[in-house]
Amino acid sequence: MSVNLTSAIKEICKFCGNDRTRMMDIVRAVQQQFGQVSDEAMNYIAKCVNCHRVEVESVVSFYVFLSKKQKGGVVIRLCNDVVDKMSGSEVVAEAFEKELGIKFGQTTPDGKITLEYAPCIGMCDQSPAALFNDEIITYLSTDKVKEVVADIKKHYDPSKLKHRLGDGHNADELVHSCVHNNIRNKGRVIFAEFKPEAGLKNALAMSSVEVINEVKNARLRGRGGAGFPTGMKWQFTRGAAGEKKYIICNADEGEPGTFKDRVLLTERADMLFEGMTIGGYAIGADEGILYLRGEYAYLRKFLEKVLADRRSRNLLGKDILGKKGFNFDVRIQMGAGAYICGEETSLISSCEGLRGDPKTRPPFPAQKGYLGKPTSVNNVETLCCVPRVLEMGAAWFVEVGSAGSPSTKLLSVSGDCKQPGVYEIPFGVKVSELLKMVGAEDAQALLIGGPSGQIVGSADFQRTICYDDLATGGAVVVFGPERDMVAVAADYMEFFVEESCGYCTPCRAGNVLLKKYLDKILTGCGEPEDLDILQKLGESVKITSRCGLGQTSPNPVLTTLKNFRKSYETKVKKTTNGMQPTFDIRKAVKGAETIAKRDSVIFVK
Amino acid sequence: MSKPKVATASLAGCFGCHMSVLDIDERILKLIELVDFDKSPVDDIKEFTGRCAVGLIEGGCANEENVRVLQDFRRHCDVLISVGDCATMGGIPAMRNNIPLKECLDEAYLNGPTVYNPSGIIPNDKEIPLCLDKVYPCHEVVKIDYHMPGCPPSADTIWQTLVALLTNKPVDLPYELIKYD
Repeated sequence: MSVNLTSAIKEICKFCGNDRTRMMDIVRAVQQQFGQVSDEAMNYIAKCVNCHRVEVESVVSFYVFLSKKQKGGVVIRLCNDVVDKMSGSEVVAEAFEKELGIKFGQTTPDGKITLEYAPCIGMCDQSPAALFNDEIITYLSTDKVKEVVADIKKHYDPSKLKHRLGDGHNADELVHSCVHNNIRNKGRVIFAEFKPEAGLKNALAMSSVEVINEVKNARLRGRGGAGFPTGMKWQFTRGAAGEKKYIICNADEGEPGTFKDRVLLTERADMLFEGMTIGGYAIGADEGILYLRGEYAYLRKFLEKVLADRRSRNLLGKDILGKKGFNFDVRIQMGAGAYICGEETSLISSCEGLRGDPKTRPPFPAQKGYLGKPTSVNNVETLCCVPRVLEMGAAWFVEVGSAGSPSTKLLSVSGDCKQPGVYEIPFGVKVSELLKMVGAEDAQALLIGGPSGQIVGSADFQRTICYDDLATGGAVVVFGPERDMVAVAADYMEFFVEESCGYCTPCRAGNVLLKKYLDKILTGCGEPEDLDILQKLGESVKITSRCGLGQTSPNPVLTTLKNFRKSYETKVKKTTNGMQPTFDIRKAVKGAETIAKRDSVIFVK
Repeated sequence: MSKPKVATASLAGCFGCHMSVLDIDERILKLIELVDFDKSPVDDIKEFTGRCAVGLIEGGCANEENVRVLQDFRRHCDVLISVGDCATMGGIPAMRNNIPLKECLDEAYLNGPTVYNPSGIIPNDKEIPLCLDKVYPCHEVVKIDYHMPGCPPSADTIWQTLVALLTNKPVDLPYELIKYD
């Protein structure tokens, strides 16, 4: 093993306190420095942190940003989400292959550039987009690919790529990104002017229990999608046995079509950290973790600076704002490209330096979470609401919105609409009103709540967006009249096949089967009974899967089967000869014909 | 009234399922009362003589001849049953499915440790059916009405299934006959 590698790993492990629960940081650093985490590297890491090698390998093999095989110094990851495809990522993909002279999954012969696909990177409103290591390049076109590839070949340093700067903090020297916020509609809670520290000061003047009661009175519910009452979650965590507690902010926004947290992290970082601090005060935690998805690594330096500023202003640290005994600080935990880590127990596994496997519940994180301690995991947007609740009061917070869903919600709108971007709307808005707002009156279908939510058609456009009707974590994707909804469902299933952690069979195998049947239908081989199979299979996967991923992954199929049945029915036809239409004898004997250098005499062409 | 006809075939299997059919022992006399055998290795009838009530298929499809036979069965049989794990899932022969065909042939005829083949020829006569790219379970080639698991399914399983089908009773096998752990 090279001296270079051993000394670097030693240094990295030491920096992380030779602590195996910081495995994510260790392997990420090794990957970044060497473009791989080789067998040798894994052996040595295991030695340094005193664990088994398999514990290292299980992490390296789980996350897509980590690899045992050598990758190029520059890894280009083109987003192949449904929305990116709708805005032309397929021609962009061809352009990348042409300009680099390699296929996806390959590295250039000089070992400098690797080309890969990535699932949704949170840039649907400015798609097609790609990651160049941590840098993001948006609005890709064939011309832009030519330019950017020529540029990167000059220096092989993504941070030197020439691009225009985005708006707001995207132009900050620590972000230095071409990403645009695309804030289209400002509501009264999140995007309105807010008085920094006012909420925190009010909170610290109250007891922890009073803070929790205020949040309860505001009827604040989780904004990530599940809608669990935040005050109740905090109460459970506070009441759980044990001195040490944690608050974790879930910034692993991976649901395809969601990007509102990206904008919050860019423009409302202070508000978010204030929310975490109030949360820490409420539940009795002195440590917070921001779990930032690997795709948003370009925001990390900026967020670290916001944290440092807050420390220097005594908004983090010891005896915050003079409140004796209230100590609280936040560290950033980087993810490494795994959708499943948006599920809170997987996220906790990941923070603990493990594969992002979901944990069995109960015990719930509020009882036994991070490192076995009571932990509250809250969404970015939820935590951003908290300072406003404490600043303005619960009564003000519930003034807008619908009866069961007070206040406002951020929606990430993309797809076939004139104005993609982030909209802060009061809960209870009708779908038709939203469509008008975003410039998509001719929409055929709407994906609400991401692919794990539901796909609705015009029959549902008079329904409202709120927890009691069409619930959403924020993703809204619009599909115009010309889109094939069966193909859309198949694309989303491909995503779930890729992202299933593989722990339980219904999700690991079921999603593959669902995708297979959709492909069968799309290639014209479908039969009417396949629709029943899809329905039954989808229901089985939902009922029998272990975590939220498999419990919702069949939704694109089940909701399109229900709402776009015609689209399926026109594609299937009954076969009468008893043969399996998917079996292609020509394809099956082609290899043998080539080897034998003769044609089949049984199945004559 | 003439007796209903049964046909059987062993495709990419080991004949073990057919052996299991013979394991019904003296009940075979009763079976003869119930049915006539058409195309089957049991009576060595090579081609179908007419329409059959039930077809029993052992083995999956490893080559083009298997496909031809299976499609022929589908055309002639009212009810077609995949018997045993090779027919239902590909079984042992399907272990080659992750290995390219060329590598399989090279290993079998050239490189294998026990191969003696000084001429280095891989058999290639047009009488020898071409291998498929992989081994297919029967239901991926034609529609299959029933799948009978087991390696092999026991004689009792086969017997009870056949009797139920031939006497128009529901195929309702007791748990003991379909559990394999």
